[in-house]
Amino acid sequence: MQKMMQDRARELLSSGKVDRVLGWIEGDFVYDVTPHVFRENDIDQLIYHSFASQNLSKYLVGETKKDGVIAVFLRPCDSYSFVQLLKEHRFDREKVYAIAIPCLGKVDAEDLRAMGIRGITGVTDGKERIILHTLYGDVEKEKSEVIAERCRKCRGVHAPYFDERLGEELTKEPLTDRFEMVEKLEKMTAEERFAFWQDELSRCIRCNACRNVCPACTCEKCVFDNAASGIENKAPASSFEEQNFHIIRAFHVAGRCTDCGQCSRVCPQGIPLHLLNRKFIKDINSCYGEYRAGADLEEKAPLNRFDVDDCEPGDVVGKGE
Amino acid sequence: MQVNEEKFEPTIVAFCCNWCSYAGADLSGTNRLQYPANVKIIRVPCSCRVNPMFILRAFQRGADGVILCGCHPGDCHYTTGNYFTRRRMTLLFSMLEFLGIEKERTRLEWVSAAEGAKFAATMNDFVATVTKLGKNRRLEDLRCKK
Repeated sequence: MQKMMQDRARELLSSGKVDRVLGWIEGDFVYDVTPHVFRENDIDQLIYHSFASQNLSKYLVGETKKDGVIAVFLRPCDSYSFVQLLKEHRFDREKVYAIAIPCLGKVDAEDLRAMGIRGITGVTDGKERIILHTLYGDVEKEKSEVIAERCRKCRGVHAPYFDERLGEELTKEPLTDRFEMVEKLEKMTAEERFAFWQDELSRCIRCNACRNVCPACTCEKCVFDNAASGIENKAPASSFEEQNFHIIRAFHVAGRCTDCGQCSRVCPQGIPLHLLNRKFIKDINSCYGEYRAGADLEEKAPLNRFDVDDCEPGDVVGKGE
Repeated sequence: MQVNEEKFEPTIVAFCCNWCSYAGADLSGTNRLQYPANVKIIRVPCSCRVNPMFILRAFQRGADGVILCGCHPGDCHYTTGNYFTRRRMTLLFSMLEFLGIEKERTRLEWVSAAEGAKFAATMNDFVATVTKLGKNRRLEDLRCKK
């Protein structure tokens, strides 16, 4: 796949169809991948494997402000963010050449470390199995054992707004129901839930990584950067600030979140932020009909429309217990 | 020694839309209907003006309950504002509950300009509910304490 992507990118660049290519490049370690804008001279360094986890769509907001056309590789989850950004007119479609690529599911180095797999020097992907080459020998694992949480619910289907497809479409059955944990929490008592979230959110250091990586968070002036608001970017000094930040962050992307799971991936404190987003998705689906952000370019977002006979807050709140 | 047990008096913030609920509150006043002085009314142009952050901010600054009142669905002065409020608040209140904040502390009520009695009854009921719950401890900011 990686070879195919490099060849196609080179072809596009040399034909003059695109001027730059947005892809992934390896960092100091194999699992330490970063997004990178390639030109013809460094396109050999483009990589694509189980550690290429970044959602590239958001980088288009900045990249399309420059001259020329940029090609971008879109995995299924990226493609929804791509459409969502396009729908909100965050970038110029004319300046983007979107290439859909299949994804076998991503793996996080932290998860592997927790399983005792250290010193990773390489990776060989397969559909069912993954081989991790380490300093201590090769480790072969079932994909379902090591795959990241955000990838477990993936169906492998792209949002149909790309220019070309590279490789085959890999549709798959989701490994888990994505609302499982949300439902489990809903069944707890308010005290238990409060304790659970206090435990999680009190670890927050307000690094704003979740906000910065989120493809739905693209306001040029963020509410959390407003020094006059009293809730500007700073380390939380009380439990209120943690709750406030996370409620508002999740609320601002409600109905626009594509559930790509990047927020939880980048959290240095391991807070399961995707649960907040999924709670909103679950509520939207149950109250206002199934909605998938980024699946359709025309359909209005659930908070931008209404029905005359929508349910009242009292009909919904507290029904989980 | 006699222990002086002070009765808990909650602070309630009520966001009232200018066109319906604020006039409803006015009517309940002119009708001399009683509702507790714990309710602090904040007038907003439309219930839709209320940003979720306003509600959290009220809790931060020491509110024990927040109630949002607007025109009945279909009667909005701006035609559709309250329909959007309804969707937003459904999600926000549900999220607060998900985080373990007592669900009785937040409420959305439709009160028209002719419903002075409903306004007073709603406020009496809400204050009684929040008094029973006690002080807001889960969404407070210790630094905002006096």
